[in-house]
Amino acid sequence: MIHILLNEQPLEVPHGTRLHQLRNQQQADADLLIINGFPTGGDCQLTDGDQVIMITRGVVPSAEQLESLMMARHTPGVHKRIARSRVGIAGAGGLGSNIAIPLARVGVGELIIADFDVVEPSNLNRQQYFIDQIGQPKVVALKDNLQRINPYVKVSTHHCRVNAQNLREIFANVDVMVEAFDAPDQKAMLTASHLQQASTCPLVAASGMAGYEASNSIRTQKVRENFYLIGDQKTAARPGCGLMAPRVAIAANHQANAVLRLLLGEEPE
Amino acid sequence: MNLRINGQQHTLEKGVTINRLLTQLELQPERVVLELNHQILDMAESLNIELHENDQLEIIQFVGGG
Repeated sequence: MIHILLNEQPLEVPHGTRLHQLRNQQQADADLLIINGFPTGGDCQLTDGDQVIMITRGVVPSAEQLESLMMARHTPGVHKRIARSRVGIAGAGGLGSNIAIPLARVGVGELIIADFDVVEPSNLNRQQYFIDQIGQPKVVALKDNLQRINPYVKVSTHHCRVNAQNLREIFANVDVMVEAFDAPDQKAMLTASHLQQASTCPLVAASGMAGYEASNSIRTQKVRENFYLIGDQKTAARPGCGLMAPRVAIAANHQANAVLRLLLGEEPE
Repeated sequence: MNLRINGQQHTLEKGVTINRLLTQLELQPERVVLELNHQILDMAESLNIELHENDQLEIIQFVGGG
């Protein structure tokens, strides 16, 4: 017998097994065969350690299949912890849309997203929306995009303004909370309210990511217990220094990685 | 009187309020989060709080953009 990986799962097959034979046995309708990273048109004999991926175009993998693919990539223990977690994101603009996508890709169990806004043409310079989504509420468009990436992530949306009064109700029982607003007074309101109302739940906020200053000036900083602040802390969006896709996405991915580290019991800084 | 602001020793006139301090620092109250002696302050109710000797104040300032 030889040991191969089929669709990321270990499999034992007899010596001399050929690729097309395996396809006929395992996934007869597969129309794309990838062996050790390379798509192949022809048949070949399999050897020990081969990694085979079979794709049936247009067929969405089941929740179980996707789960096992994720598990193989993330290692089982890590994947389970991510999959049973719940993350709240306040704001679905440049930060929120760019935070939600990597968190959905790594398989966070539930994302709770709140935003009052609709997609405007100018948002397309940095926010993860498409031109045919202009005019849609951002939470609706973002949920659609997340479900196209991973339909098995639960996405709960709230099309409303977040304030000190509805904060706890919207983001009840989240493991980590994310501040992803644009306006500085909203950032301060959410931070103060969250730290007062839910002091044991970590908060990951952001301040200072406009323009195109050096990437490495964006930092993750622990401000106090359960409060992490990302950004350069000074570069405000203003005329002549607008918000641009790369730096906003850098800050957003600092935030997403801080969330991931917190979910896995690591200090973000 | 002496107090610590963001970890640094400062000397301020006695009885200075939060509001006065923020004005001196040219900070807008609605854009900052304040932690006084490890307690997060509710800004609307805190502007008239007087600071005291040995107080520890953390000022977290937010700038726009996201």
